[in-house]
Amino acid sequence: MTSTYAVLSEGLEKRFGQVHALRGLDLAVAEGTVCGILGPNGAGKTTAVGLLTTLLRPDAGSARVAGHDLVREAAAVRRRIGVTGQDTSIDGDLTGRQNLRLFGRLHRVRGPAGRSAELLDRFGLTEAADRPASTWSGGMRRRLDLAASLIRRPDVLFLDEPTTGLDPVSRTLIWDVVRGLTDEGTTVLLTTQYLEEADRLADDIALVDRGRVTQTGSPAQLKALVGAHAEVVVPDAGALAKAAAVLDRLTGAQPTLDHERNAVGAVSKDPTLTIPLLVRALDTAGVPLLDVSLRPPTLDDVFLRLTEPAPEKTETTETTTEQTAQTGTTGTAGERERAA
Amino acid sequence: MSMLAYDGTAMLGRQLLRLRNNPGLLILTQTMPISMLLFFGYVFGSALAVPGEAYRSFLVPGLLVATASGGIMAGMFQAAQDTHRGVTDRFRTLPVSRAAVPLGQAAADLVATALGTVPFVLVGLAVGWRVEGSALAAVGAFALLLLFRFACTWAGIHLGLLTRNEEAAGQLGGATFLLPLLSSAYIPTSGLPGWLRTVAEWNPISAVATALRDLFGNAPVPAGAAWPVAHPVAGSLVWCAVLLGVFVPLAVRQYAHGER
Repeated sequence: MTSTYAVLSEGLEKRFGQVHALRGLDLAVAEGTVCGILGPNGAGKTTAVGLLTTLLRPDAGSARVAGHDLVREAAAVRRRIGVTGQDTSIDGDLTGRQNLRLFGRLHRVRGPAGRSAELLDRFGLTEAADRPASTWSGGMRRRLDLAASLIRRPDVLFLDEPTTGLDPVSRTLIWDVVRGLTDEGTTVLLTTQYLEEADRLADDIALVDRGRVTQTGSPAQLKALVGAHAEVVVPDAGALAKAAAVLDRLTGAQPTLDHERNAVGAVSKDPTLTIPLLVRALDTAGVPLLDVSLRPPTLDDVFLRLTEPAPEKTETTETTTEQTAQTGTTGTAGERERAA
Repeated sequence: MSMLAYDGTAMLGRQLLRLRNNPGLLILTQTMPISMLLFFGYVFGSALAVPGEAYRSFLVPGLLVATASGGIMAGMFQAAQDTHRGVTDRFRTLPVSRAAVPLGQAAADLVATALGTVPFVLVGLAVGWRVEGSALAAVGAFALLLLFRFACTWAGIHLGLLTRNEEAAGQLGGATFLLPLLSSAYIPTSGLPGWLRTVAEWNPISAVATALRDLFGNAPVPAGAAWPVAHPVAGSLVWCAVLLGVFVPLAVRQYAHGER
């Protein structure tokens, strides 16, 4: 247990009745970095945040947050963290300013009034500050929620889907603030469903699926795990199957067909695939071509590839079910979350 | 302990701000007991064998206690609302003394109750109710009333933290309206059939209502009543101690543990 990790968890488990929400969460977040926890609905992201913020008690495993044991030193942990949950949790009957002052007092902030005014200003809320928060827009309430978590600069800030359902203005503002926080030494752990958000903010990403971390790394490292995304556009539907066969052979992945555009695409499992290679193979097979492209993978590709259910990795047979299984997983996972 | 005092004061401040932001709510909660005083006192009172004015003198302390028992509903609704809105969870992640949140809520409710009692008492005086005993005893009566309210609020907070849902808390809280009906809040228990009289006299509301009537000098302690009513002041204090002894630890525990 070194002090260089702001969050270090080993084998955290949590059950809610029949639902095994977390099945051994191992997480190491270096100090002063932003860690993105990425995963489908019901993967256990919110449960992980609940445990790491002392709201829930783990059934097994241990964790240290800001240098303190989560269970034995819960009070010390609470002094060092800020939490913005998935739902806004400010008091709608109080004004924005009254909310911040209250949280400032509870956090033993010196001069809560000044700090509140500063944060209201930073989040663009000064104008509405003296109206009851219940009359505010959703985006403004989210911003106030985040401001409340920063009232005493936390060592570790937990953000559970901070921008879900937000307008672009609020989203950009929150992104800016999060990026600025690490400069002040705060470690940020954020859960998100938005790959763009993780790509932009996170130094490291932990991919969570079914209650476990399945993959970790920087966005670039994760993308390197997945080959390029190849796409071939042919002039007519007749050539589509032929093009798909070539792509299947070269990429080692089941191609997806787009019948409207007469296009076929696949995320390559072979990182050495190049455009000349692709064109030559297609030409040899006599496939007429309109367009060929090979672009770097997005986190979407990573997400789809790495959160697939694959207990036994038999590269060739699994591919057909990949896409359908993906949508299937999200559905049942959503139900799991609702049940939880 | 000083942490509890500091955090409790901050939480009390929060609740008082809510009250100040919504003064209408305080007035609204007092319209019910006042209209009940007028309806019971004049409409029902006219059909009773006792003279109207005597019944109204009997009714004012009873309604004060019945309203105080509404602390169950108020405590429950507020705690459930905070939990439902995620405010309770946020407090749980703060370095705040575990008892401070429910304590602040109960203390603020006490302030609101004390303020809300004033217009009711004024209407009571207008319809003929008087303090017929000593001033000191009357002060004791109000203190006992507030203590009872405090105990009821803690019970409500515990139930609200358990329910976690405003709507369910509202429904369940509405049922507490029935509690004073089976007590001596509105009627003397002496006229009830034997077993029903026993049940009504073991209702804490009966003990406190009888104590208030005794302290205000409005009505004598009824003869042959069950122990808490026969010794109303001691009975009331015991009831309050029991309620607080049970529900303060339960509410604090429920708050601290949440859904873990």
